[in-house]
Amino acid sequence: MKILIVDDFSTMRRIIKNLLRDLGFSNTHEADDGVTALPMLRSGEFDFLITDWNMPGMSGIDLLRAVREDEKLNTLPVLMVTAEAKRDQIIEAAKAGVNGYVVKPFTAAALKEKIEKIFERVN
Amino acid sequence: MASPSQLHENEEFISELKECAKLLVDKLQGDHYEEASQLIHAMTEVRDRHIFQSVGRLTRGLHDAIVNFNVDGDLTSEPPNIANSEIRDASNRLNYVIDLTQKAADKTMDMVDESAPIATNLGQEAGALREEWARLKRREMSPDEFRDLYHRMDEFLGQMVTGTDQLGRNMQEIVLEQGFQDLTGQVLKRVIGLINDVEQDLVSLVRIASQVEDVTGFEFDADTGEGGSEKRKNRNKSGEGPQINASEKADVVSNQDEVDDLLSSLGF
Repeated sequence: MKILIVDDFSTMRRIIKNLLRDLGFSNTHEADDGVTALPMLRSGEFDFLITDWNMPGMSGIDLLRAVREDEKLNTLPVLMVTAEAKRDQIIEAAKAGVNGYVVKPFTAAALKEKIEKIFERVN
Repeated sequence: MASPSQLHENEEFISELKECAKLLVDKLQGDHYEEASQLIHAMTEVRDRHIFQSVGRLTRGLHDAIVNFNVDGDLTSEPPNIANSEIRDASNRLNYVIDLTQKAADKTMDMVDESAPIATNLGQEAGALREEWARLKRREMSPDEFRDLYHRMDEFLGQMVTGTDQLGRNMQEIVLEQGFQDLTGQVLKRVIGLINDVEQDLVSLVRIASQVEDVTGFEFDADTGEGGSEKRKNRNKSGEGPQINASEKADVVSNQDEVDDLLSSLGF
């Protein structure tokens, strides 16, 4: 399982990476915003995308929309892990086709549960 | 807010205008056009004098407000040199907060990454030795195996001493690293103080602006039209960052359960 973690803060990428490793996913790659993530996704055969919302360059919501508009990527499961907590934003992400939404700060259990749920639904 | 002397000037100005106006009507009705035109000229002069006085006062007020405002770099050069302004200083301070928190988080995670395998190895070896020890207690062990266990136990006790020593040091480093809270807290408090000052200065500027409207008779609509909502829309797109006091805001979720409820109401 190849996973791309997109967040502008390296600390958060590392936290998510560590949690994923504990969950048994060690094939993780990192990008610091949508602009760098999109070409990686297009060329990298990723199975799962975890992205923040608020990033310089290209935001997570724009990355999500770009993924859904891309023929090759439109079925890629996307989990948003973000501090954005407005109802409107969660609805916006849902409309844009997000598969799960976790608000920061989160617990290891919450992240695990959402990831498992997404895979349950995808398989 | 108008001062008593300003109010007095305003009253004087209005009463002079009224007097002139009355005279003007009389002159016009009496067909004294030449005198009427002189009166109109006098009225214009009164008004100009009033405006000059007001503009003078506003300029002084504006100057004071700008001096107080914490952007005290060289504003005459193009582009303005604000490298030494307090606002720029505040940005530097906030960047320092980001750096410091990042370093603290990295250091803490380094220590955890270093400690986790030590604890895991000690635990595994202890588990294995316990099983061997149980075999010894049940007298299922050959003398050769016992000799092995004897050495292994000695080695394990050695590992235990160095391992727990290392764990203790790492934990102490993690605790020390939490000092970032104190340092960043101090910096943030200073920046909050600056923001409060700037807010006060902005209020003074808004007051001056409203006096400009009074004097000139111009009215400016606040930017609440399309431009404003466009800005808000863009902000929504790039995100807002963590919500402060989320539980007090109706349009914000305050925990993961509320996110889940909202999503399930949308059919997720």
